[in-house]
Amino acid sequence: MIPFKIDGQPVEGRDGGNVLEVAMDAGIDIPHLCYHESVKSYGACRLCLVEVVRRGKSKMTTSCTYPVMGGIEVFTRTEKVLRARKMIIELILAMCPGDKLIQDMAREMGVDGVRFKKDEKDCILCGLCGRVCEEVVGANAIQFAFRGDRREMIPPFQGEAMSCIACGACVIACPVDVIGMREEGDERTIVRWKRTLKMKKCKVCGNYFAPWFQLEKFKEQAKLSKDFFDVCYTCRT
Amino acid sequence: MEVSKIDNVIKQYGAKESALLAILQDIQTEEKYLPKDALEYVSQKMGIPLAQVFRLATFYNALSLKPRGRHKVDVCLGTACHVRGGEKILDKMERDLGIGVGETTKDKRFTLESVHCVGCCSLGPVAVIDGEVFGRLAQDKVPALLKEFK
Amino acid sequence: MKIQTKNDLEKTREEGLKSLYPGAIKISVGMATCGLSTGAGKVYEAIEKEIGKAKVPIRLERTGCIGFCQREPVVDILEPGKPRIFYQGVTPERCGELVEKWLEDRVVEDLLFCKMEKEDRILEGGVKDYAIQKIPSGIDGTPNYHQVPFYGKQLKIALRNCGFINPDHVEEYIARGGYFSLYKALFEMKPEEIIEEVKRSGLRGRGGAGFPTGAKWEACQKAKGDRKFILCNADEGDPGAYMDRSILEGDPHSVIEGMIIGAYAIGAHEGFIYVRDEYPLAIQKLKIAIGQAEEAGLLGGNILGSGFSLKINLFRGGGAFVCGESTALMASIEGKVGEPRAKHIHTTESGLWDKPSNLNNVETWNNIPIVVSRGAEWYSKIGTTGSKGTKVFSIVGKVKNTGLIEVPMGATLREIVYDIGGGIPDGKKFKAVQTGGPSGGCIPESLIDMPVDYDQLTEVGSMMGSGGMIVMDESTCMVDVAKYFMNFLKSESCGKCTSCREGTKRMHEILTEIAEGRGTTDHIELLKELGWVTAEASLCQLGATAPNPVLSTIRYFQDEYEEHIINKRCPAKVCRALLRYQILSDVCKRCGKCIKACPAEAITGKKKTKKEPGEAFKIDVEKCIKCGMCFEACKFEAIEVE
Repeated sequence: MIPFKIDGQPVEGRDGGNVLEVAMDAGIDIPHLCYHESVKSYGACRLCLVEVVRRGKSKMTTSCTYPVMGGIEVFTRTEKVLRARKMIIELILAMCPGDKLIQDMAREMGVDGVRFKKDEKDCILCGLCGRVCEEVVGANAIQFAFRGDRREMIPPFQGEAMSCIACGACVIACPVDVIGMREEGDERTIVRWKRTLKMKKCKVCGNYFAPWFQLEKFKEQAKLSKDFFDVCYTCRT
Repeated sequence: MEVSKIDNVIKQYGAKESALLAILQDIQTEEKYLPKDALEYVSQKMGIPLAQVFRLATFYNALSLKPRGRHKVDVCLGTACHVRGGEKILDKMERDLGIGVGETTKDKRFTLESVHCVGCCSLGPVAVIDGEVFGRLAQDKVPALLKEFK
Repeated sequence: MKIQTKNDLEKTREEGLKSLYPGAIKISVGMATCGLSTGAGKVYEAIEKEIGKAKVPIRLERTGCIGFCQREPVVDILEPGKPRIFYQGVTPERCGELVEKWLEDRVVEDLLFCKMEKEDRILEGGVKDYAIQKIPSGIDGTPNYHQVPFYGKQLKIALRNCGFINPDHVEEYIARGGYFSLYKALFEMKPEEIIEEVKRSGLRGRGGAGFPTGAKWEACQKAKGDRKFILCNADEGDPGAYMDRSILEGDPHSVIEGMIIGAYAIGAHEGFIYVRDEYPLAIQKLKIAIGQAEEAGLLGGNILGSGFSLKINLFRGGGAFVCGESTALMASIEGKVGEPRAKHIHTTESGLWDKPSNLNNVETWNNIPIVVSRGAEWYSKIGTTGSKGTKVFSIVGKVKNTGLIEVPMGATLREIVYDIGGGIPDGKKFKAVQTGGPSGGCIPESLIDMPVDYDQLTEVGSMMGSGGMIVMDESTCMVDVAKYFMNFLKSESCGKCTSCREGTKRMHEILTEIAEGRGTTDHIELLKELGWVTAEASLCQLGATAPNPVLSTIRYFQDEYEEHIINKRCPAKVCRALLRYQILSDVCKRCGKCIKACPAEAITGKKKTKKEPGEAFKIDVEKCIKCGMCFEACKFEAIEVE
């Protein structure tokens, strides 16, 4: 374990870890949106900014991407850091004025109102949905597309996400809950990706438990027997 | 685009991830844009998720998902051309062709785009049509210039 | 021929010298992109025809850009015993005259630009004397190359061969000293010695940031790993900058030689040259040059019989300004989108495919052979304390002499804009010079005597960047310039970081409000704040430098911003929404040209005929779209813009 300091407090981090995870473990609160421990750090939202002093030089950088290093001193609430975070949450709020989480975070950081023309977007472009889909689920159904101010998270060709297995991981990962999952009868829909899949019924309890498409994919990938998913997870145990 | 042609392009560069951009550029040169089925085939053949192929295709300026007209008009909006009135030339083209930047005329004759610097700054304002550079442009020269391209 | 020994190299040099200075007349046409776009292709064909008719043998050659792009197409004639002469603005129709007169020992005086009696051979040191025995008539009064103001103050190191060799002939490159530096590096120096030499020379990266090249090489050489990469950044994305393109089109071997020396010093055996998609001719020239170098044994396996091997691959960009950033460039080569990553671990340790990688700009690589051949001591005598050597600049915009120039670091802006650039045309006044492309800033008249070097430029709120210099006069609106750059940056940003993506977008939005007459007094402070967060919170240098055009124009031209905001006026008469076109009825001749030109049918009036005086011409302000076509059509200056 590698020792360093955060806000004067001695902490320890594993080799290969990042400053944000160590801070959170130590009970030090650093606001963040695009960080999730199940996927690689990305550094898109820029909210987790901290000032890091290393070899006498200070640098403002995102704590989620800054590697654990011996002897560094991290400061999470300097004037510079607070000023930057405040402006960033204001910019995100201007982009997505309707998102409750953003409204709450903005209020907490002292943002009174938005000084820019309000957009009507809901997605904060943190990328968690796409990253989870790629790194954890392996379905690669959605990805960022376009560039600059036209960047968005969409399925290919902005249509239905044909590789989506409707597992719902992205729905859970989304910090502002704008993806949405709906189940009606024997169908499950991931709303934002316009993906509706028919669900398979358990032979034992008769509940719809998972989409056919998803189960077929798993069987293929893991080379399972044809009737492997005839019984749902609950009934199997 | 014929599957065999796409296969040839992939073979030329090798079916590795680092070759994806070059492969898409060659398909684009052949088809003048990237058809959806071509991208789907490339994704399947190279084992790269379609979402990733789509991401690349929408990130780079050189790649277009929209079918293009017979003649591509690139109006230079590089700094030197801008300072010499490049915007006015673009506006005139938009008015004369009846389309906006990035669009194609209904008769598929012209696609109008803007570029940032073709490196002929001494000749500004400049427009490149089908790869040929036309410099020292003025608004009133535009109609005659466009007429040259059927 | 395969070059395996120094003897072979010398033999090839002899061949090249015969090619450069043949026993017959040699006519060279500048066929780089600038030349081709002004019709050099047709000039070449016309001269070819004339040569076919001539009774004496004449060699026709293609060459690269000699720098004076304003005067293209440029043709030069060289004959043993006579001075070399340069013609400018040549058209196909004049080619007959050109050849005929030369054969009669005469020149076409109105096309004559300058003459040369001695040729600089800076790589080897010294000059080549043309040993003049005969002077064609009509040449009196023609200035020497070095007397021409455009060239006089230049010191061509990076541009040493451009315009003087056919880039497709490796033997010509060798004849002017090429690949001898490579020989020296491989056989007479150890890798550590080469790195030491580069360090002592003070060479700093010419791509923009100006990082000390020797230090970078050393870090990469020391990095652990036996698979390393040598990279060339030829993704010259700054609009208005085409220095790298000219070097690649006119002297590609200089870059290749530099890269081989660097690879040897660092211990890399694989390399990539990342060329911008928008440079097809440069890509073509590089392909030819790489092919020739490989054939000659100067590249590939067992280079020059030294046992050192290097393979250089070409990678064509996809059209994205952000790919000029080092980590984005490497991601692009890996087949991904050009999204930068954090550089807490430097790319010299973990870069392309997580291997140690050394990335340098085209111009940096091009300087390496001369640092090796002339030495660090010679090199470090040129320039200023903090910035050694020379820099190539593209001087464009509102200046008389546009083109590519190379001056020692420390030359002042005044020297560049006035002495070399010839000053502002049409009697207008200098207002500012924009340096560093979209990452740079505008420098006002008050600072025109500042020496140009990395640190000075950064101090005044701009930066060296790749070397683009855009001169602006009173008809350039600084608010419009800032808006222009923000528009560029917001669409070129990869979009990952909130601060860069939203920052550039909102800065552009506010600048648009100001330019369209909806600016408020809070806007300037808001722009400064947005600029601050964009610079401080963003991951890469695109975001970090994005606010420079806005902040530097506010710093030096705040009054212009205020004029737009408070008085809703654009002093430079550029911002359309704030303009009013009107016809001066006492000057108007009622010819009707403006009505014809107007696309919005906003002009009313009756034409003057022999019988009738017509009716007063008026522009309907509501209908007017301010395109300026009437202004351009009016021959009597009867239309006023305010």
